[in-house]
Amino acid sequence: MNLIPMITGTDVAFWICAVLAILGGVGLVSFKKPVYSALCLALVMLSLAVIYASLGAPFLFAVQIIVYMGAVLMLFLFVIMLVGVEARDSLAETLKGHRVAVGLAAVGVLGLLTLAIMQGIVGSPIGSDGVNNAAGGNVQGLAGLIFSRYVIAFESTALLLITAAVAAMVLAHPERLTKKPSQPERAAQRLADFVESGKHPGPQPNSGVFARHNSIATPALLPDGSVAPGSVSGVIADRVTIASPEELWAPHDEMLASIEENSSESFEFESQEMIGTSTAMEELVEFIEIQDDEVPGTDEDAADTDEEEEEDA
Amino acid sequence: MTSMYAILAVILFTIGLIGFLIRRNALVIFMCVELMLNAANLLFVAFSSHYGILDGQMAAFFVMVVAAAEVVIGLSIIVMISRARRSTSVDDEILLKG
Repeated sequence: MNLIPMITGTDVAFWICAVLAILGGVGLVSFKKPVYSALCLALVMLSLAVIYASLGAPFLFAVQIIVYMGAVLMLFLFVIMLVGVEARDSLAETLKGHRVAVGLAAVGVLGLLTLAIMQGIVGSPIGSDGVNNAAGGNVQGLAGLIFSRYVIAFESTALLLITAAVAAMVLAHPERLTKKPSQPERAAQRLADFVESGKHPGPQPNSGVFARHNSIATPALLPDGSVAPGSVSGVIADRVTIASPEELWAPHDEMLASIEENSSESFEFESQEMIGTSTAMEELVEFIEIQDDEVPGTDEDAADTDEEEEEDA
Repeated sequence: MTSMYAILAVILFTIGLIGFLIRRNALVIFMCVELMLNAANLLFVAFSSHYGILDGQMAAFFVMVVAAAEVVIGLSIIVMISRARRSTSVDDEILLKG
């Protein structure tokens, strides 16, 4: 006579995982954000995996983690990210009496299923240890079944998976409505834009490279200290606050100020250096202007040959 | 003890059913279907253990394979619809209304 009920590891696993699974299920239904729902579903699947392991089904435990949590749930999360993670579901009732009807249906299904399934439980539980040991292990036992009694069903799943993969590719492939422009066409378009609106045909200036910043969100500075337009991608400019030129110069100015504070000597050469740079720039500009004046014909010739080459192409 | 597993499976199935009927986001509805499939799997494994035969685990394995294939197709349909409609709410799909 045993007055204290025996508590096995299976029971402990069941009670912990049952509570977690039901909490996860309630969360899945009640969270407004689909991401939270997906994470709750992950909790349910993990709890069920542990229950499988405690019931002597280690193969299903591994498959549950790999297939459901690894593949199916990640696919769900991918799609949630694709269609918009910010979307919130409104839980307002649109049909009159919808909730009440759902509640009644749920109670009915709960009762009917419980009654029906309880009829199927006959005798005391045998446990799967015996059948697992007879086959030399759970995986061996399942393998024996797959390749004998269920071999037709197993081969059909191969067909099913291939069909699913092909169907997913067909469904998810977006139709291109216009012809994709080829590289020569894009080059010609760029030159046409240059002729019409003077838009620079070459690549955009790259982002700024400073001692402290070289991210693509850092703007490049023009020689006069202003931000070079186009040096930061528009997509980034919309999302991130772009550093202003003053911010980029601030550490430099601070450093100079601290040097001046800490040393007794004054740094006169700084201003001289600046003057030197500006004269060099002026000389360079003059030199370029002279170059342009001297060879007025060559530019036109070059343009002619360009056009001829385009016609040939 | 098997009856406890059966009750847990039925509860999970009913929660999935409630979500399936109440929610209107196609993705969440789909997750609720997965929850119901998982509840059925739990019942398969519990009965497999109760009667000491492996056929129940085999059935659960096939359910998982079919669920994986089903998720692939269903999610690509949802992606297609959301691309065309900018919405995943099933209330917006009214073109087939008679």
